Amino acid sequence: MNHDHHPDDHSHLGEMDLRVRALETVLTQKGYIDPAALDVLVDTYQTQIGPRNGARVVARAWADPAFAAWLEGDATAAIASLGYTGRQGEHMVAVFNAPDTHHLVVCTLCSCYPWTVLGLPPTWYKSAPYRSRAVKDPRGVLADFGVALPPATQFRVWDSTAEVRYLVIPQRPADTDGWSEARLADLVTRDSMIGTGLAKEPAA
Amino acid sequence: MSYPFHADLGGQPGHGPVTPEPEGELWHEAFEPKAMALTLAMGATGAWTIDQGRAARETLPGYAQLSYYRIWLAGLQRLMAERDLVGDDEVAAGRMLHAPRPLPRKLLAAAVPAALARGAPTERPAPGPARFTVGDAVRTRSGHVDHHSRLPGYAQGKPGVVMHVHGAHVFADTSAQGLGEQPQWLYTVVFSGESLWGAEAQPGLQVSVDAWESYLQADDGAPP
Repeated sequence: MNHDHHPDDHSHLGEMDLRVRALETVLTQKGYIDPAALDVLVDTYQTQIGPRNGARVVARAWADPAFAAWLEGDATAAIASLGYTGRQGEHMVAVFNAPDTHHLVVCTLCSCYPWTVLGLPPTWYKSAPYRSRAVKDPRGVLADFGVALPPATQFRVWDSTAEVRYLVIPQRPADTDGWSEARLADLVTRDSMIGTGLAKEPAA
Repeated sequence: MSYPFHADLGGQPGHGPVTPEPEGELWHEAFEPKAMALTLAMGATGAWTIDQGRAARETLPGYAQLSYYRIWLAGLQRLMAERDLVGDDEVAAGRMLHAPRPLPRKLLAAAVPAALARGAPTERPAPGPARFTVGDAVRTRSGHVDHHSRLPGYAQGKPGVVMHVHGAHVFADTSAQGLGEQPQWLYTVVFSGESLWGAEAQPGLQVSVDAWESYLQADDGAPP
């Protein structure tokens, strides 16, 4: 963050920057927060908890049928076995795309999202256009992402209205037989695990 | 006075196209990381429940006009002001003006990884047997309620089928009102596109919500 280099020069700061700075000072003075904890929280979601976690879950599911079956039966435990547990992933369900069925995850009421495997939600996931249209016009939403599915593919939309969080397992791309999990994980995009995208095709 | 619920967007027309963004793009303004961290750190104190947090945000007067982290920050200030933890005068002054109040917990930097890894599971011992089972035909409650609730408008008064039983979970409605956890059985209920949207539904569409037991009644096929 740029403003951290000018701690004394408020002319560089907007109203919102001043507000968070004031809040941090007051909350620290009152003993409610440890300011060092804020840095750890930000760093955690910038460098450790993000969609690469989910990509490793998907790659394992593609590579290991026993893991895929576990994921289908008890996603919370299967995902925990890879080390991803806790905040906004306490109760997980994995849903598997198939040639005839495409899953899409939304939270129409706020922005519930599986943080443990995907990190912080993207802006569009929290936005009115996505939240309003995903449950009614999923095909149109996918078009906004440049994705067109065959007319016969049926949409299955999951509105995250309680504390259950959903992870879409995209279809495994063709011509990836024998690939390592690490290589497979590189094909798994964040959007493919929400349902607004597909896994990448292997480069020709 | 009715509950001013501004966040129930499912099915609402007129919001335009979705704007995708690249995977690594986490922030759009400099204040956002700190706003996220302040909200999580204060949430970890136990001064309010996650449901009270959602209720504070979804009823903000400027909800539709505010960006996401502005909603978070305004919600945070509101939650703290309502509990006399931090006054708006202190935010304006940028320093403490009133004595602090005791809070249940404080999140220290060293405890962050364990706290995140633990999370806050909402499953609880069941208060009794589940009323519904997988495959049951149900109908959702119709009409709005005057408090925080998690049954979206588009799914109210609709026939659906129970497809999953999740155990008993903290009931968002009471938790948000400060009335305690009062756990209820939680179900995934799936609806056909036609039952939600009528003739304009996309062919084959199915939509599910997660619904607490008191949102549901057995569907005997009679009109609501």
